[in-house]
Amino acid sequence: MKLHEYQGKALLRKAGLPVPRSAVIFTPAETAQALQALGGEKGVAKAQAFTGGRGKAGGIKLFSNAAEAAEAAQKLIGMTLVTHQTGPEGVKIEAVLFEEQSQVARELYFAVTLDRAKANIVFILSPEGGMDIEEIAEKTPEKILKLWPAWGQGPDAALIEQAAKFLGLSDAQTTQFADIARKLYNLYVTTDCAMLEINPLAVDQGGNLILLDCKVILDENALYRQKDTGGDPDAEKDPGEIEAAKYGLSYIKLDGNIGCMVNGAGLAMATMDIIAHYGEQPANFLDVGGSASEEAVTKAFEIITADKNVKTLLVNIFGGIMPCDRIARGIVNAVNNLGLKVPLVVRLEGTNVEEGKAVIAASGLNLISADDLEDAARKAAQAVAKAKG
Amino acid sequence: MAILIDKNTRLITQGITGKAGLFHSQKCRDYGTHVVGGVTPKKGGTTVDGFAVFNTVREAREATGANATMIFVPAPFAADAILEAADAGIELIVAITEGIPVMDMLRVHHALQGRPNILIGPNCPGVTTADVCKIGIAPGPIHKKGKIGIVSRSGTLTYEAVHQTTLLGLGQTTAVGIGGDPVHGLSHLDVVKMFNEDPETEGIVLIGEIGGSDEEAAAAYIKEFVKKPVAGFIAGASAPKGKRMGHAGAIVDGNAGTAQSKKAAMAEAGIFVAETAAEIGRKMVEAMAARR
Repeated sequence: MKLHEYQGKALLRKAGLPVPRSAVIFTPAETAQALQALGGEKGVAKAQAFTGGRGKAGGIKLFSNAAEAAEAAQKLIGMTLVTHQTGPEGVKIEAVLFEEQSQVARELYFAVTLDRAKANIVFILSPEGGMDIEEIAEKTPEKILKLWPAWGQGPDAALIEQAAKFLGLSDAQTTQFADIARKLYNLYVTTDCAMLEINPLAVDQGGNLILLDCKVILDENALYRQKDTGGDPDAEKDPGEIEAAKYGLSYIKLDGNIGCMVNGAGLAMATMDIIAHYGEQPANFLDVGGSASEEAVTKAFEIITADKNVKTLLVNIFGGIMPCDRIARGIVNAVNNLGLKVPLVVRLEGTNVEEGKAVIAASGLNLISADDLEDAARKAAQAVAKAKG
Repeated sequence: MAILIDKNTRLITQGITGKAGLFHSQKCRDYGTHVVGGVTPKKGGTTVDGFAVFNTVREAREATGANATMIFVPAPFAADAILEAADAGIELIVAITEGIPVMDMLRVHHALQGRPNILIGPNCPGVTTADVCKIGIAPGPIHKKGKIGIVSRSGTLTYEAVHQTTLLGLGQTTAVGIGGDPVHGLSHLDVVKMFNEDPETEGIVLIGEIGGSDEEAAAAYIKEFVKKPVAGFIAGASAPKGKRMGHAGAIVDGNAGTAQSKKAAMAEAGIFVAETAAEIGRKMVEAMAARR
C-alpha cells in the first residue's frame, strides 16, 4: 500500500526525523489555516499524487504571499495531473501539501528496501539525488552504493562511515546522517515497510540534512497491524478490484477479450501467457485463491463478465486446496443467476475433479469443456476469433 | 531415495483443528504419509478424526517422534509457529500459510541461520515424494513414482508439471513447491542441488515466475554443475509491469526479474525452456532425449 507524501512525512516526523514544516489541505478553504500552521506565507504547494515528475507536470507551485497560496490551492485541488508515469488519463488531485521552502545546496538519494536475494534490508544511496534513480542506476551505476545493515542491529559505525564518505558528508553531517539512517531503519522495520525512499535527502544552505520528499510503501500482508498510517489500500485499484478483494479474490483488469478465472497466481499468469501465445489477449488476471467459497466463485464470474470487452470466458482450475466441485457449483450458480452471454470454456483438474465434472454435467449447461491447458487456451482463442467475426 | 521426505517421515500438522489443516491432514494420511498428530494450543489431549492433538510442538514431537511439520496456522501467528517447530527440533518445516508479513519472514530467516532445520515455504503447496509421502495441499492422485524432480514457486504450476510428467510416463521422484513469497526457505538452487545429488532423479523441471532472481541463481548453477537434463518454464511474460515492485526493488534486482531475462538465463544454461505451461512435460522429454 502506497502512502501519500503527507502521510509518509507524518510518519517521518513522528519518528523524530528532520522534515520541513508542512500542513495538508483537502479544500482551498483550508488555506489560511494551513498557512498559520506553516508560520509564514512563503513556501511550496505540492499536489499529492502517486506519481513522480510532479514538478514538470505543474503539480508543484511556489508561493510568496497568502494570495498566491490561495491561487495555488485553487488550481491544484481537483486538477488532473498528467506526468510521464500516469499515462494520458492522469490522476485527480485531492490533497495539497503546503510546505516551507528549504534552501537546498545538494540533493542526495537514500532508500531503504528489501533485498530478496540476500533476504535482508538494504540501503541504497547516491550522491545524485532528486533525479529518477533508475536512470542513475542505468547511466552511472558507480554513483549508487548498496549497504546491508546487520539484521536486528541496524546500521553500525563502519556502515555509516562508508556511506558518509561515499556521499561526501562533513563530520557534522555524518553525525546527522547516522541518526537519520538509524531512525529510517527502525521505521522501516516497525511500520512493515516494503519501500522507504527519501529523494531528495537534501543538504540545506546551512549544511544541515533534511528529508525533502518521500515515497513510502507498506507490506500489504502487514496492514492488519499498521492501521494508523492514514493510507488507503484501495487508492489505486479500480472498482472491480476492490469488489474482488472483499471476497478474497485477486483481480487485475486488463485490455483483452478472454476473461480468465484461475486458481493460483502462477497458473493465472501462465494462462494469460498461453492466451497471448495463441494470438489473443486476456481481459484480466484473476486468482480465486485456495480457499474461496462457492459464493466467491460466483462473484468472480460476475466481476469478469461485467467487463464489456469479455467475448469468451476461460475457467482453468487445477485444484489443490480448492476442490473442483466447489468451483463447478459456483460457476453453475453464477450462470443460473446471471445467464451466459459468451462462450464458456472450462478446464478442471486436480482435487475432486470427477465430482466437479459431474456437477457440470448434471447442470445441463452448454459449456465447452477442455482436456488440458493447451486445449482450453486453443478453444478459448477460437471462440473469441469467432465472436469477433 | 527421492529427496526431503520418504517412508520414514513422521508428520504433525500445526493448526490441525482448523478446517484446512484437518482436511489436508486427512488427505496426506490417505496418500500414505505417517501423520502422527497435530498441534493446536489449548486443545491438547483431545483427538480429531483419530489424530492426537497437542498443545505445543515440543509435546507432539516427544510423544510421537515427529520429524516434519506442516503449518496451517493463520498468517499473524505463522512466523512464531515456524520458530516453535524449529526450537522443538523438527527437521523439516513446511509452511503452507499465505499472507505472512515480509518482516516476520525476515525474522524467521535470520533466526534459522546456522541451524539444521529445513524450511519450505511459506505460501507454498508443500512437497510430495510420489507414491510414498505427501506433505501439503497438492492433489495426490496426479503423482506417479518415476524419475523427474520438480521444483516450482507456484503451487498450481507444480501440479501442472506433475500431471504432465505423469501423463507422459516419466513420473516424479519428488515435487517441491517452494512458495511465491519474497523471503522464503528453500530456494530453487537448494532444491536443484538436492535433485542433482539424488541418484533416482534423472531429470529436473525448474518452474519460476517474474520477480526476484532465484531462477537466475539456479540457472547459473545448472550451467556449471548439473549434467542431468533440465526443462524450465517462467510464468508472467504477459503480466503488466509495475503491479508489485517499487523502483528500488527493480534496482536491487538489476536487470533480472523479467520473464525474458529469466528465460534467457535458462536457455544460456542449456535448459530446455517451454514457451507455454502446456509444454513443460514435452520439453522434459526432449531434454532427456537430447542427453542420450
